[in-house]
Amino acid sequence: MGDHHKETFVTKYIFSIDHKMIAKQFLITGMFMGIIGMIMSILFRLQLSNPGESFKVMEFFLGEKWAPGGVLDPNMYLALVTMHGTILVFWVLTAGLSGTFANFLIPLQIGARDMASGFMNMLSYWFFFVATIVLLSSLFLEMGPASSGWTIYPPLSALPEAIPGSGLGQDLWLIAMTLFVVSSLLGGLNYIVTILNLRTKGMSMSRLPLTVWALLIVAILGVLSFPVLLSASLLLVFDRTFGTSFYLSDIIIGGELLHHTGGSPILYEHLFWFLGHPEVYIILLPALGIVSEVISVNSRKPIFGYKAMVVSLMAIAFLSFIVWGHHMFVTGMDPFLGSVFTFTTLLIAIPSAVKVFNYIATLWRASIRFTPAMLFAIGFVSTFITGGLTGIILGDSALDINVHDTYFVVGHFHIVMGLSAIYGMFAGVYHWFPKMYGRMMNKKLGYLHFWVTFISAYGVFFPMHFTGLAGLPRRYYQNTSFPMFDQLTDINEIITFFAIVGGLIQILFVFNFFYSIFKGSKSTQNPWKSNTLEWTAPIERIHGNWHGEIPTVHRWAYDYSKPGSDDDFISQDTPLRDGEEEH
Amino acid sequence: MEKKNIKMDITAKNNAIRQLLWIGMIGITMFFAGLTSAVIVRSAESGWVKIGIPDFFWLSTCSIIIGSILMIIAKRNIRKDKPATQYVIATLIFGLFFALFQFLGWKDLVSNEIFFTGQNSTSSSSFLYVITLAHLLHVIGGLISLIFTSVKSYKGKYNSDDYLGIELASVYWHFLDVLWIYLLIFLFYMLN
Repeated sequence: MGDHHKETFVTKYIFSIDHKMIAKQFLITGMFMGIIGMIMSILFRLQLSNPGESFKVMEFFLGEKWAPGGVLDPNMYLALVTMHGTILVFWVLTAGLSGTFANFLIPLQIGARDMASGFMNMLSYWFFFVATIVLLSSLFLEMGPASSGWTIYPPLSALPEAIPGSGLGQDLWLIAMTLFVVSSLLGGLNYIVTILNLRTKGMSMSRLPLTVWALLIVAILGVLSFPVLLSASLLLVFDRTFGTSFYLSDIIIGGELLHHTGGSPILYEHLFWFLGHPEVYIILLPALGIVSEVISVNSRKPIFGYKAMVVSLMAIAFLSFIVWGHHMFVTGMDPFLGSVFTFTTLLIAIPSAVKVFNYIATLWRASIRFTPAMLFAIGFVSTFITGGLTGIILGDSALDINVHDTYFVVGHFHIVMGLSAIYGMFAGVYHWFPKMYGRMMNKKLGYLHFWVTFISAYGVFFPMHFTGLAGLPRRYYQNTSFPMFDQLTDINEIITFFAIVGGLIQILFVFNFFYSIFKGSKSTQNPWKSNTLEWTAPIERIHGNWHGEIPTVHRWAYDYSKPGSDDDFISQDTPLRDGEEEH
Repeated sequence: MEKKNIKMDITAKNNAIRQLLWIGMIGITMFFAGLTSAVIVRSAESGWVKIGIPDFFWLSTCSIIIGSILMIIAKRNIRKDKPATQYVIATLIFGLFFALFQFLGWKDLVSNEIFFTGQNSTSSSSFLYVITLAHLLHVIGGLISLIFTSVKSYKGKYNSDDYLGIELASVYWHFLDVLWIYLLIFLFYMLN
């Protein structure tokens, strides 16, 4: 009977050690933070398209202090940009995506009762929760939250007196991020150990679903890169609090020369981007794993090039550690070193292209089922290509210098990293919702959600490439002092229009999600006719996942439309027939 | 059959705990890799001052190495069901000596007007303090684990079939030892 046991309300829903409940906690917290991050982006988009204009909505959300007369305060603009980036990168696309699907899928897909340490898993969520509270509380400070950008470059982040957000807001940001890193490390250690030790009989590494491969590699990336961010933050905290000069030198504030000498803000950039670039793949790889699974299931075909998919995941992960300098081409970097980083950066195009090719080859001549999850998975392939192509331009130091810190960069990373990852997340939610809640999400609302999101997201980020090429700098409160940007007013209004539409349609998703939890039509045990082990578990949630023995695995996860088979899918726990060869 | 299954579960669980420690140590290594690579980047720029390292750090090095040797003996003894408690406690004592010598080393630095922060500090002096302090914090974690291990060993909880606690404490202490030797050589090279 598994190891299901009697649970109270508190142990079932709050301090749960069941990986499935912890996954839902991560998902709902991530969704909540996603809504906050999205509202922030709409507020600062309104300012960018209509600088200095009064908006009731601005006053409603920010109050008279930060939006006097409905006009966004410049300091709050910087704070909103900072918090939007922080929330989306770390809270939504790292914890919301990895935290949800690593927790939910790893034990179920490898055939384990739970994570190696349920307690560590629970701690991981609660560190994340406290980090969330600390971060959100900074929104209500008199001087506002952190405002130095999500990358918190010194000196703005290192000198409490630099700008309003550099004070307590920055302190709370650092505390929240430290708690977040602890949460990520606790989770990551658990994921790795669980995958390596608790696979059911027959589940060799070569039979692992690609979702699990992706989540394993992400956990390894996290363990290798987050500690470096901690070391960077530690030095930053010492500069802020104890007056050391790791990142600071020769600074004058209010006509007064500060005592800091000998530090270098570039040093911070090196340390930050050593985490920062792997972080891009910490965000992307789970989405790649989810999309691999969703595309294969809904194409009714084996994923094309399974081994190449695994090797390309590993190659992307490895290369992500030796490309950080491409974020720093304009820091006075030696041109030869810049060319080395250009070379390593462009190498990433190879495994990325392998993945795209394999997705398209899987889709080629397939009996495609266009479920909402499948649409988002195909949407992912689209954004991964369009965003990846502009990455080639930005990865080349000679080209990057021309568009550095312009909206071209904003358009690029929002498409390749933001949209791709969020599409992967949506695909995952639509696909595994029946497993999470035993009910189906409404398909029609799902289709509407996809198409409006897809069109409006491109409507936001595609034009940014043109404004970027025209030289429009990112992070500026307004550009009215530069007549050369007057011609971009219309395009900025269009971007904001699509941002609002894209934001509003997410209400539909949130409604569909919560409505379906309670009122959605009841799901069958395996509604997508999928091969992976989670669909062999009973519909009702039990701690321990399976009644009786854990299933034994006899084949890989991608036996779809296999010749000689009665059905177009064969569950991983189905023994090979006499004379049948494994893929 | 039932007992065999339970025993297999314990073996799998112990392996998982061992791996947790190893992966955690990889994370710690990356933390120090971040700090020491920061020193390399900073030292390549102008204004890097060579300040040397205090002599007490050599004594602390001896302490931590002796601790490692004692933990090897403790582990060897428990595998033969011989007493191990005294060696674990001795490691704990040498660990405390390590911390003491680090404090004396910092005191030495201050008396030579090499400060952690303030107008008379330099990047190199700040790095020296931060790196050694960060290592000491990890040593304190090791000392706490040695306290628990000593108590359990004293209560006779370990034997040749079950000595995971001593094994883990031993592995972590060796790690701290190797990490310190790396940091010492690195700092010696960068600051002398």
